[in-house]
Amino acid sequence: MTWLFVSLAGGVGAATRFLVDSWIARHNRLNTPMGTIVINVTACFILGLATGLGLDHTMTASWTSVIGTGFCGGYSTFSTASVEGARLFLSGRARAGLLHAGGMLVLGTAAAALGMLLG
Amino acid sequence: MWALALLVGVGGCVGTLIRALLGSAFGADHGHFPVMTLTINLVGSVVLGLLLEGLARTGEDVGPRKAVRLGVGTGVIGGFTTYSTFAVETDRLLGGGSPVIGLVYALVSVAAGLLCAAAGILVARKAFRARPMDEEGR
Repeated sequence: MTWLFVSLAGGVGAATRFLVDSWIARHNRLNTPMGTIVINVTACFILGLATGLGLDHTMTASWTSVIGTGFCGGYSTFSTASVEGARLFLSGRARAGLLHAGGMLVLGTAAAALGMLLG
Repeated sequence: MWALALLVGVGGCVGTLIRALLGSAFGADHGHFPVMTLTINLVGSVVLGLLLEGLARTGEDVGPRKAVRLGVGTGVIGGFTTYSTFAVETDRLLGGGSPVIGLVYALVSVAAGLLCAAAGILVARKAFRARPMDEEGR
């Protein structure tokens, strides 16, 4: 039964990502894509919180799976981050590509660490 | 907009389920290099690069090709790969007595992800170099 809820939560996460990314793309005035960075950093924070709450058994393992593996996994995306970064490099914007990939890594791991600290 | 979000959501259910099943079958023990997440993320990066560049090179982003881009690309592949698990695994390795493994995992993931996506894009460019011009020029 948990599998069903993990899968459904992943679908909700992916749809949320699409809506958030579309909204950010409409309002972003930079010519570097920002949606995936915002999405992945917030996903890392939520997963950090869920992992922290799961490790000290405040939250059950099933709930941690549904929120973590399901929602956060479906909401965050590694492949789009890679393609956006690769496009920046391939169009000759190596500095923007490094900032995009490196910035997401630093902010994402920091957000996950903060979530685990609070959770 | 909501119909497209639903399409992405259905794809996301499929991608998430495949990742969850693979993760439970081959998940890494704590403190070890997370091979499964890395494999999932790299495979997803190649396939998404191929798919998006292939679609962009063969026609306009409307109708069935837009549905494939959103349902399969944003939904299935986006839901299959995960940045949040990658970041939490990195943190737990860095703070859990395996800082070298954590650092290597983080840098290898991001660098190889970029290379895999670029490889997918370049292969699609080569495969579909002249096609759209050929078809639309007649």
